[in-house]
Amino acid sequence: MSDIVGTPILEVPVAEGAKDQHMILNMGPQHPSTHGVLRLVLEIDGEIVVRLYPEIGYLHTGVEKTCEAKFYQQVVPLTDRLDYLSPMANNLCYCLAVERLLGLEIPPKAQWMRVLLSELTRLNSHLVWLGTHAMDIGALTVFLYTFREREDILRIFEHVAGQRMMTSYFRIGGLSMEPPLDFFDRVQAFIKTFPEKIDEYSNLLTGNPIFVNRLKGVGHLTAAEAIALGVTGPPLRASGVDVDLRRDTPYSGYENFQFDVPVSNEGDCWARYVVRLEEMRQSVRIIQQALDGMPEGPIKADAPKVVLPDREKMKTQMEALIHHFKIVTEGFTVPAGEVYQGIESPRGQMGYYVVSDGSAKPWRVHMRNPSFATLQAVETMCKGRMLADVVAVVGSIDIVLGEIDR
Amino acid sequence: MTDPKMNDAPVGTLLGKAAVLDGLPEHPAVKALLAWNAEALLDAKFDRKELTLTVAHDQICAAARAVQAAGYNFFEDMTAVDWFPSEPRFQLSYHILSHGYKERIRLRVMLEAADPAVESITSVWPSANFYEREVFDLFGIRFEGHPNLRRIMMPEEWEGHPLRKDYPVEGYR
Repeated sequence: MSDIVGTPILEVPVAEGAKDQHMILNMGPQHPSTHGVLRLVLEIDGEIVVRLYPEIGYLHTGVEKTCEAKFYQQVVPLTDRLDYLSPMANNLCYCLAVERLLGLEIPPKAQWMRVLLSELTRLNSHLVWLGTHAMDIGALTVFLYTFREREDILRIFEHVAGQRMMTSYFRIGGLSMEPPLDFFDRVQAFIKTFPEKIDEYSNLLTGNPIFVNRLKGVGHLTAAEAIALGVTGPPLRASGVDVDLRRDTPYSGYENFQFDVPVSNEGDCWARYVVRLEEMRQSVRIIQQALDGMPEGPIKADAPKVVLPDREKMKTQMEALIHHFKIVTEGFTVPAGEVYQGIESPRGQMGYYVVSDGSAKPWRVHMRNPSFATLQAVETMCKGRMLADVVAVVGSIDIVLGEIDR
Repeated sequence: MTDPKMNDAPVGTLLGKAAVLDGLPEHPAVKALLAWNAEALLDAKFDRKELTLTVAHDQICAAARAVQAAGYNFFEDMTAVDWFPSEPRFQLSYHILSHGYKERIRLRVMLEAADPAVESITSVWPSANFYEREVFDLFGIRFEGHPNLRRIMMPEEWEGHPLRKDYPVEGYR
């Protein structure tokens, strides 16, 4: 079926009457400031951006199609690879969706561990954003500092999950294994010093005249525009819309934690910087509460037909061995139905829409990724501004192409 | 052996339009759709704390406007489900979030397999632009009135629509 309509991007004509003034410029897909393989087609008048088209799909791997051929538990490692800077957020969102389909009850310790690690993931993601964003603007030093702390977080991830980046630590029904003995001490040691490190970044950037001038008043987005264009997360809150799914529609026990949602009314790149920096401080608060109140108990739900048994039980008990064999070879069936689970990922509202037909493989898995929607707002933010501001804007919305192209 | 923690029909499930109208008469989205056009609301269900409202396939744009006016202000997600080989084949699911009520609803549209087309809701929420392009690309459903309906993920000269169920997961087409 050939039903392609519309015009291929390079044939989009320059506006009538401006043929000798305007030119089409390709930015990307191999451009360091596009954070991956994003291609921006810009129509420019001198150095002023007239129109801008994001071209995506260079990283399209058909994850949603692959999910339909896997058992429910086999989808978890695929979700890591979408937003590779916040794998735990993807794991969490998918697991919560399937758990709601199953009607599983997750023990408190697993929920609190999930909150703790989700917030560490948020720090991890924001650190990469801060380092690369500052580097795009020309402040190279900050990158070295943020990656120093990010390394600590990745070591904690490796310690708890065995993997630095593609953790797959959250499983349907709980966690993959007990956290190691000194895990909590290491997290405590990390967050004890981390607020000072945020001050350090702030000292490097907040008073830096070049950084301030490149961001203040650039990439402006009003609240109404942000809502109309589907912007979520820190860019939405930087435009003055006070929405955070962690607080508004609590999941995984977030209702037990006290934290503030930073909001700014400026709506420019600078506001996004301020909001994210404050978010990191709030994440530290949540992690501290999770450490202080970590409940005791099991880390997996009591559902032998869904959750793999402990290794010891599997080797000594016949029934556990049967369950283990059945889950691994046949998967587990999930009652028919559809669920949309939304969470607040570091980049904004992430959602997993899982449709089950009652078999052991999902009929459809769809990911709502914050970057995909936020990318639509780039044209509004860049129109009528200088070409160099495009770099600042793309940096400030913190996109990851892995989750845009899927 | 049945697991006590896994139940097929969770408590509080309402299936069918009559049951939802009976059980949730005060729900703002239900009220808004009834006030707008009770005929166009074909089916409804309240399952796993999610409200699904099925509207007639030629009425989606007006229905979206009605729920938008009722406070469901944020378009969060839109995608399709291919129920091949059953008919109607395609299901479009629109997830709309309300910042005020702090909850979301799902608008649903069912489409026949032959020449699936539906009205674009980009005039209501411009953010639906990329989502409709994605569904057009991967499912081959046309959106009438879309400003720039081109393939978004696959190359422009690609043949076929990968997320359809009759499209193989691996190997040659």
